[in-house]
Amino acid sequence: MTETTTILRENPTVAIQETVIRISGVKKSFGQNLVLNGFNLDLHKGENIVVLGKSGSGKSVLIKCIIGLLRPDEGEILVFGQNVTELNHDELDQVRARVGFLFQSNALYDSMTVRENLEFPMRRHWIKLSQQEANEMVLEALDNVGLAHTVDMMPIELSGGMRKRIALARTLILKPEIILYDEPTTGLDPITGKEISDLMVELQAKYQTSSLIISHDMKCVERTADKIAVLIDGKCHALDSFDGLKASADPVIKQFFE
Amino acid sequence: MAFSAGTRRKADIYRKLPLTIPPKLRFFFEETGNISRFTGRFFTEGFKPRFEFQEFLRQCFLIGNKSLSLVGLTAFILGLVLTIQLRPPLLRYGVEFELPYIVADSVIREIGPVITALIFAGKIGSGIGAELGSMKVTEQIDAMEVSGTNPFKYLVVTRVLATSLMLPLLVILSCSISLMGAFIGYNIKGHISVELFFGQIFQWLPFSAIIPSLIKTVFFGFAVGMVGCYRGYHSTKGTEGVGRAANATVVISSFMIFLIDLVAVQITDMLGFTS
Repeated sequence: MTETTTILRENPTVAIQETVIRISGVKKSFGQNLVLNGFNLDLHKGENIVVLGKSGSGKSVLIKCIIGLLRPDEGEILVFGQNVTELNHDELDQVRARVGFLFQSNALYDSMTVRENLEFPMRRHWIKLSQQEANEMVLEALDNVGLAHTVDMMPIELSGGMRKRIALARTLILKPEIILYDEPTTGLDPITGKEISDLMVELQAKYQTSSLIISHDMKCVERTADKIAVLIDGKCHALDSFDGLKASADPVIKQFFE
Repeated sequence: MAFSAGTRRKADIYRKLPLTIPPKLRFFFEETGNISRFTGRFFTEGFKPRFEFQEFLRQCFLIGNKSLSLVGLTAFILGLVLTIQLRPPLLRYGVEFELPYIVADSVIREIGPVITALIFAGKIGSGIGAELGSMKVTEQIDAMEVSGTNPFKYLVVTRVLATSLMLPLLVILSCSISLMGAFIGYNIKGHISVELFFGQIFQWLPFSAIIPSLIKTVFFGFAVGMVGCYRGYHSTKGTEGVGRAANATVVISSFMIFLIDLVAVQITDMLGFTS
């Protein structure tokens, strides 16, 4: 693996900071609709970046390009130094094993129990896994989200918040180094939304993951973001901390905080 | 640059070319092209490792098991009704003794495979369309892909192989049950022993009549599975799209069954299997 690094030239005393995701000049359009128009962003190890933007601004398209579910028209996306736009299926799977993805709709498999849902990515990535090992990992993942008792339940039997937690447990079961969250609190009540945000921060600290979070829920953004990238007109309009952007005089950015 | 401008130009040409023909005809050609590519992908990806054998077996069990009672019941009624309805005209011509053979010939060559395939399209094809459509709109297919699984192999190849294998088996079962229904139908107004009934059938019906029947049902099963998977896999527009996928699967599969039947009868006629 070739590791991409960014040298913080302004301060030579700061150690080399590993860049786990580098997005350079990514363009993506659907027909005549140009969604991403030269988007650039670096995510460093241990960092949480929230991509903030209006609905339909291309936030979900961006993280689907990062995980290889969509192919950008132009530009490159380096994940752990590998350009995902040029990888073959097997190489992409190796990268995906190190990256977790929490879907907006949770994407739990309806026909499987919670246990089978959590075992699925393990069995697909690590074919040789004893049942004992699988059980232990499933229970650990469910313990992390406080839902060990749901192990034999079907997704349909769970509430929206519980489904989100189970989806988070499934995302974390492979102990990914990067987690991509697609609108993690959308559709949840404020209390459950806060619980999920807190859980994200707690698990990030526990497993030392880096996160790219797509959201327009400002409470979630405030709790989880180290930095915020504002996506406007397909480009990274601004990149700063929550407080930095809140104090911004830019009328476009102000709209998000009003 | 990750993707060349040439690739995009080709895509543009693909979109622009059909604009010169009426929209409905363009849609027809686009759909035909897309389903042909989807079928081509089945042949290119389906026979390369990794094979999803466990999922294939699970699908065989689900598909066979789900259709068993419905296929059995309709086949029984079919044999019974056909016998009762054919009896009077055969009596009129004084060839009542030919009834077992005529019913068996109709059931095995045509009615059994086609009716079973149509029921199969309604029950299994629509189920596949709705299931995959629902998985598509709730991002389960994407989730599968990021979990290190090729969803095309796991969902499409397994289901298409399972429908291609299970439909001929269901047709064998349905034809057998139909003949039992026919035996009971014969005995409602007449009397014939089991030995004589089946003896008359197999005296005149050549074994070669069964082979083209079974071969065409493999194609029926393939068409039902492929159309169901295609419509589900490309489902859009949320829950409305799921319903449309299920509905379109039944309509297109049913049409495909008759089309394949038409081609099959021409081929079997040319090869001399119809006599």
